[in-house]
Amino acid sequence: MGALTNASLTRWLHGLPGVDQVGAEARAAGLGTRSIKTTSKAWAIDTAISMIDLTTLEGADTERKVRSLCAKAMATDPTDPTTPQVAAVCIYADMAAVAVDALKGSAIHVAAVTSAFPSGRATMAVKLTDTRDALRAGAHEIDMVIDRGAFLSGRYLQVFNEIAAIKGVCELESARDTPAHLKVIFETGELVTYDNVRRASWLAMLAGADFIKTSTGKVSPAATLPFTLIMLEAVRDWRVLTGTQVGVKPAGGIRTTKDAMKYLVMVNEVAGEDWLDPAWFRFGASGLLNDLLLQRQKLATGHYSGADYVTID
Amino acid sequence: MAKFEYAPAPESRAVVTLRPSYGLFIDGQFVEATDGSTFKTINPASEEVLAEVTEAGETDIDNAVRAARKAFDGPWGRLSGAERGKYLFRIARILQERAREFAVLETLDNGKPIKESRDVDIPLAAAHFFYHAGWADKLEHAGLSGGGGQLPKPLGVVGQVIPWNFPLLMLSWKIAPALAAGNTVVLKPSKTTPLSALLFAEVCQQADLPAGVVNIITGTSRTGAYLIRHPGIDKIAFTGSTEVGKDIARSIAGTRKRATLELGGKAANIVFDDAAIDEAVEGIVNGIFFNQGHVCCAGSRLLVQENVADDVVMRLKRRLQTLRVGDPMDKNTDVGAINSAAQLTRIRELSDIGEAEGATRWSAPCVLPDRGFWFATTIFTGVSQSHRIAQEDVFGPVLSVLTFRTPQEAVAKANNTPYGLSAGIWTEKGSRILWMADQLRAGVVWANTFNRFDPTSPFGGYKESGYGREGGRHGLEGYVTTGATR
Repeated sequence: MGALTNASLTRWLHGLPGVDQVGAEARAAGLGTRSIKTTSKAWAIDTAISMIDLTTLEGADTERKVRSLCAKAMATDPTDPTTPQVAAVCIYADMAAVAVDALKGSAIHVAAVTSAFPSGRATMAVKLTDTRDALRAGAHEIDMVIDRGAFLSGRYLQVFNEIAAIKGVCELESARDTPAHLKVIFETGELVTYDNVRRASWLAMLAGADFIKTSTGKVSPAATLPFTLIMLEAVRDWRVLTGTQVGVKPAGGIRTTKDAMKYLVMVNEVAGEDWLDPAWFRFGASGLLNDLLLQRQKLATGHYSGADYVTID
Repeated sequence: MAKFEYAPAPESRAVVTLRPSYGLFIDGQFVEATDGSTFKTINPASEEVLAEVTEAGETDIDNAVRAARKAFDGPWGRLSGAERGKYLFRIARILQERAREFAVLETLDNGKPIKESRDVDIPLAAAHFFYHAGWADKLEHAGLSGGGGQLPKPLGVVGQVIPWNFPLLMLSWKIAPALAAGNTVVLKPSKTTPLSALLFAEVCQQADLPAGVVNIITGTSRTGAYLIRHPGIDKIAFTGSTEVGKDIARSIAGTRKRATLELGGKAANIVFDDAAIDEAVEGIVNGIFFNQGHVCCAGSRLLVQENVADDVVMRLKRRLQTLRVGDPMDKNTDVGAINSAAQLTRIRELSDIGEAEGATRWSAPCVLPDRGFWFATTIFTGVSQSHRIAQEDVFGPVLSVLTFRTPQEAVAKANNTPYGLSAGIWTEKGSRILWMADQLRAGVVWANTFNRFDPTSPFGGYKESGYGREGGRHGLEGYVTTGATR
């Protein structure tokens, strides 16, 4: 067997079964009609909260903003201590140290976006340095972006090598005992077709991704149900083929409890219940948390409270 | 126990008001039978009696045909197409306004999931009335005129007999084109699902449809047989079994009556190795498990290319384990109840025969309710063309899986059936779709989809699946004549 070449990788990725757009969108819409009520809704709300990567990725981010978000991550609903904490706080690499400090003593992870997020337009040296900075600051998880230009022009091997290199850094240079988890962001809104998203999913898994993630949140459309469907099918099929489980993270544009329910139904029925766990499924979101909290209060008390009864951080 | 159990999400029955007993709808009125008897209609999901329904006697049928003739010779026959169209638009809008009521009633009487009656049956029924309302004043421009320029004229009184699998939808397929073309109708719904047709009679009253244009006579196969043989009708439109269809064809031989027959099927759903495999699996599921497989055009024979057969069957079995079988009124139910004890018996018998003939039977694990008529979703692998389950119309949630090696073999096997109603092709190759569609002897060929219905698209069969088309411009042809006689 020879070395991996761009030609052989292209042959392989283009040999994946195609996606029928109409059929995939119909399937996603069909799953969206499930009616989740009462006890199952309560379970799903708590599960969704525990799967959130609470995110702030703004040029205007400050240390205080990040600390405030971390406080929210730990005490999601100060009036009800039974409310779960979120899975992680997701910030830019330069804020990783602040978040690590703010979350000290909690089980909440720090996820840092790196590799010239959100565009991915930088040299490999910059991307690796960006990632190292985050790891040295104590990040548990790295959310990297792929080079969409390379992907769209067919330079799959370059994308593969970048993922593999950053994966290597995550394994070797983590400040912790365990390697940092690598999430690979495709920016599905720029890849556009379902065939591309399927190929990107397999490419990332081949290169060692621990998680595959839809979007940066900076491009519209961000996460959609059909894109997530294609990615869930990919991780399901990857496990059948290799025995290795890979996580999925839709990010951006998921704002309501109703949306989150649709995603959980999709996880349950497409990938299977093994993925219904913060270790294998995450929501990249900020506003979603407060809507989940409002719905949680509604289920507990029987009436809606209001936007002033959840905190803004 | 599963991590994520879906709590019951029942649709409310409150929107439906059931009467303890129903008469016949003749000449614009609900009337008691003059010489009929009664029977009960039950909810197949619980065996609960829903209502007592009248079995029309011969005098009642005579009255209904007479009322239809009077309306045809009278007010309805004199209306312009535009005026007929107004009534059809009105009916369509009322169906939409009362959609939830119809959906709940249909699910109670038929056993199909509320999801399907709500999202498929009732919206499509309304769509058929909207579509045909638009034709009513445009028949002269529909390419239906005779060679000598004779304009299309209605046939007269149409006798219509419909099945139990899509009660209101089949009613709309029959009544909408008949009325658009200016005919009047006597319609007999199936014995096991009469209630939505009776509610439709109320809609006719609500729409102020002239008396006698639509007559609904409930009853058994005897009622249907008498209606079909009635000398007062000009045309028969029938959807149902091939056996009854043949009997109808025999009975009208030598008479002036015309007929369109939409009969059984044994459709091949053909999956090539280059298909979009996840969507193909969805299409296979939709093809055979939609409406419990009680679909004449169901994709009951899966023809899968041998080199991907194991993978497709693995995916199919995994997918079936997420199908939710149970209470049809639950909004999350995917597969409901079998419509009747008799149908359940037939499905069981043919499945047992399939096993005895050597095919491998697999059913998705599920807990079936104690009461009512239920059959788990079932796949037979290792099926040959010579097996009865590959030849006969099971009309239930039972899929036979066969394999092929080349496109030519797929065509040969797909066509190797006395039926010819529908077929499905799954491939990413456009040229192959066109070549296959040309070779397949089936009235409807779906490409990369299945069980898609639209009022603009003609539907009907080859060979023992019947003749005539329903829907589209072609469907109107069955309700008009350009000859001097009627």
